[in-house]
Amino acid sequence: MKTIKAVAATGNLSSGFREETLVRAVQQGAHFIGCDAGTTDSGPYYLGSGNPRGPREGTKRNLRIMIREGLKAGIPVIVGSAGHAGGTPHLNWTLGIVRELARENAWHFKLASIDSEVPKDRLAEEFQRGRITPLCPAPELNDNSIRQAERFVAMMGIEPIQEALKSSAQVVVTGRCSDVAIYAALPVMQGIPKHVAFHAGKILECGSAAVAQRYYPDCMAAELDQDGFTIDPPNPDFRCTPQSVSAHTLYENSDPYRLIESGGTVDTADAQYEAISDRAVRVNGSRFIPAEKYTVKIEGAAMAGYRSIVVAGIRDPLILRQLGKFLDGLRAVVERKIEDSLKLSRSAYNLQFRVYGSNGSLGQLEPSSQVEGHEVGLIIDVVARSQSEAADILPIVWHTGLHHPIPEQEGLISNFAFPFSPPGADMGPVYQFCANHVWHLDDPCEPFRTTFENL
Amino acid sequence: MYGTWMIPASRFAPHLKICELVEKTKRRMHELWQFTKLIRSKNAGPFELTFDIMFKDQDSFRKVMAGGKLSPELIAQLYKTDLHQIRFFVIESLLTVKISIPRPVFSGDVGDTDVYGGQFHGPLIRLQVVD
Repeated sequence: MKTIKAVAATGNLSSGFREETLVRAVQQGAHFIGCDAGTTDSGPYYLGSGNPRGPREGTKRNLRIMIREGLKAGIPVIVGSAGHAGGTPHLNWTLGIVRELARENAWHFKLASIDSEVPKDRLAEEFQRGRITPLCPAPELNDNSIRQAERFVAMMGIEPIQEALKSSAQVVVTGRCSDVAIYAALPVMQGIPKHVAFHAGKILECGSAAVAQRYYPDCMAAELDQDGFTIDPPNPDFRCTPQSVSAHTLYENSDPYRLIESGGTVDTADAQYEAISDRAVRVNGSRFIPAEKYTVKIEGAAMAGYRSIVVAGIRDPLILRQLGKFLDGLRAVVERKIEDSLKLSRSAYNLQFRVYGSNGSLGQLEPSSQVEGHEVGLIIDVVARSQSEAADILPIVWHTGLHHPIPEQEGLISNFAFPFSPPGADMGPVYQFCANHVWHLDDPCEPFRTTFENL
Repeated sequence: MYGTWMIPASRFAPHLKICELVEKTKRRMHELWQFTKLIRSKNAGPFELTFDIMFKDQDSFRKVMAGGKLSPELIAQLYKTDLHQIRFFVIESLLTVKISIPRPVFSGDVGDTDVYGGQFHGPLIRLQVVD
């Protein structure tokens, strides 16, 4: 029976793995090495700004070991969601590192890059044709918001990766890509059923996260066949249990049994997890339900303004016992001052008092927002249309707040303990996710552009 | 000068203190975290939050579920969410309750407080789940 052995270098390319673990995993007979490099978890900044999330040196170290081992064993290396957000600048950043490594190490191989950025005109056209539909919940998308956004990417399924592999690419670097597709593409091409390949992909995509006790980020491996797969961590210090593997299907997934991917849904409701040694787990019994229509997810980020912040502590119990009222009063005074001196109405900017010690972490979802401690941390958060406007508004707020009166104290008081001079900083552009939509496709490869290079 | 340790213990009616302590301990045994090995929240994409509650053992799982407090209705109230938007899964084979809700503020939006959604489980930890 044909089996395919998949190796995940780690859960995220920037988080790393132990060199000896990857070497061992490949020596044990891997058919390919995969690694996910992206996520939307860290917010819309990376997609919006086009900046990758580094560190560059760490990413280079990890790619060096993966490509070296891949070339040595003659197996493909697949990196998904390059540079964190998978847009064209993120892809180019990662390709730059790969080319640099090839040059420095005198490596020669065929490199495939798959660009997943969707030009705004193209997306607007597809939107007009009714081929872009919202998921739930989703921000409102229309022709105007598409054109005003910074960047969109489409999340590829297995098919564009398979096309690159069929052209004998040794290293495949993709733009935005389903985490699962990185690990399912090659096995499905080699005849492994989709329910096996996609479910194994879900377990592999976080690297060693599916072990019982993850002491540090590291590699993971799975052997796939016609009936199921065996997950077996290549690091001898790690072990998987039926509990740890099945529990991992819950992680970051809103539905514990149904994993929706491009082309279909993996249903794990009847999956069985069985310990076959003290460290390896056999998984059988998931199902793949093909989708009626092939869709890919669209992610987008739009500019929301520019942020400047100040950090301060408040320790005076007389202020703390009336903090809500104090901040409401301060807001009214500064809105007037900003209008008078900067000619900015309160709809032209967003001013937030983030109170740590009250509801800083949960905001409107905090059930117990009264202050109970002896001090609070305050972040004065200003988002305006330009950095200079935000930077102009900020000192009006913090300086007014510093001396804003309370009835119990006469004379000039200083209400804020600033740990820094200057008390705040410009945070740069702020973005927001502006799409949670799918694109209905006739051809799964349609939005993606593959380029080959012989290094 | 008397240290507190020198004040005759009888003045504090020790038997009463112990009763109170037992009462307090009993009360504390009713909080969700004491029945679980994991309570976490996390983004499930930028537009949804998901909570995983994994119980220590069958007994803890049964006690809490039989208590009836940990329910979609309670989550709706605690997280100010419409009942019909709450997905509430009881996974007995994993001794787990999984709950997913839409984010009231999307991850990273100007008003967001927790980009990864990693601290929204806070109010669940000390929830009184058994009478």
